[in-house]
Formats: sequence, C-alpha cells, structure tokens
Amino acid sequence: MKFARVVGNLVASQKVKGLEGVKMLMVQPLNAQRQPDGEIYVAADATNQAGMGELVFVIASKEAAFALPVSFVPVDASIVGIVDDVDDRPLYDADSVAWKVFVGAKG
Amino acid sequence: MYIGRVTGTVVSTVKHNLFDGQKLMLVTRLNLDGSETSTYDICLDDVQSGVGDVVVVLDEGSSARQIIGKRGTGPARAIIVGIVDKVEVSE
Repeated sequence: MKFARVVGNLVASQKVKGLEGVKMLMVQPLNAQRQPDGEIYVAADATNQAGMGELVFVIASKEAAFALPVSFVPVDASIVGIVDDVDDRPLYDADSVAWKVFVGAKG
Repeated sequence: MYIGRVTGTVVSTVKHNLFDGQKLMLVTRLNLDGSETSTYDICLDDVQSGVGDVVVVLDEGSSARQIIGKRGTGPARAIIVGIVDKVEVSE
C-alpha cells in the first residue's frame, strides 16, 4: 500500500457491472515523505469516506478489487484507509541490528 | 520477499475492516549494503516489529491473507514476516 493525496472527484454514470455505487477519486501518488511522486491516477474509494485533500493509503493490483463490495471487478487501485497520522521520526539507529554485523567479505 | 527497514507507523481510524486491530508499518526497502532506497510500502505486521527494525516483507496477497487468518478475498498484500538479525553477503 502506498500513500496518496485525493486531488479530484470523478463521476462516471456508465460503469462496468459491479462498480455501481463505487466512488471514484483522482489521487496524486506520494513518496514516503508524503511529497508528490508520479502521475495522477484514478482509484476506487473502498472507505466511501475519503474527501478532497485527504491523505489516504491505496492498495494496487488484484487486491484493489478485493476491497470493494463486489470482489471481482476491473479495478487496479483502491483507497482502503484514511491516514490520521504517520509517526516516522528518525528516532532509531540506522546502523543498529543487522547491518552492524554485515559481512562484505570477499570470497 | 525483500528486506526493508521499519521507518514509521501509520495511524488510521477510517479503514477497511480487514485492517481492524492490525498494525500498519511504513517500511523502506533496503539495498544490499543496508542503505535505504526510495521505495516504500505500508505493510501489515505479523511479528511485532518496531520502528528501526530490519525486517523481511512478504509481498503476495493470498499468503498475506493466510497469515492474518482471513483466507479468501481481502485487500491485504504486503506483510512483515520476520525480523532480521544478521545479513551476510559476499562480494
């Protein structure tokens, strides 16, 4: 799942069977620092509550369809949650655990 | 599966009910030398990992759903399945 920002609303009256009542939103994909990264795309809103400007997380691929009321629908991205807060303060030691004992030995 | 570092946690109230009671961890993928890449994923967690831990992430849907005990359909894909103690790489 990746972060995205809701930047637009999309209305489509003619939709594939199974997608009736599913809200479609335009979203801007974001990087881990929540800065825009990549091209805007359309995502189905599985929460039904996402609104303009909100920070959400989006699931892609087959699992996107699984988030919706009808499981097997032609959808490749779904909003599955609205982000309240991200705690990513760098309070950890980046050189701890694994890579302290990293062995780059030759042979 | 790939190796990543848990760089944060995500708090969400309005979410798909599959995620109820699940921890959502922000994982940054790592290079072979342990440095962070720009690739990240928001993952479920099956091993009680913490921020800063180097972890193994499984990025496959049906396996992830099996692990969290929700077989069938559901929007789960990436899940942390191990905490890495040591990595040895020879050049």
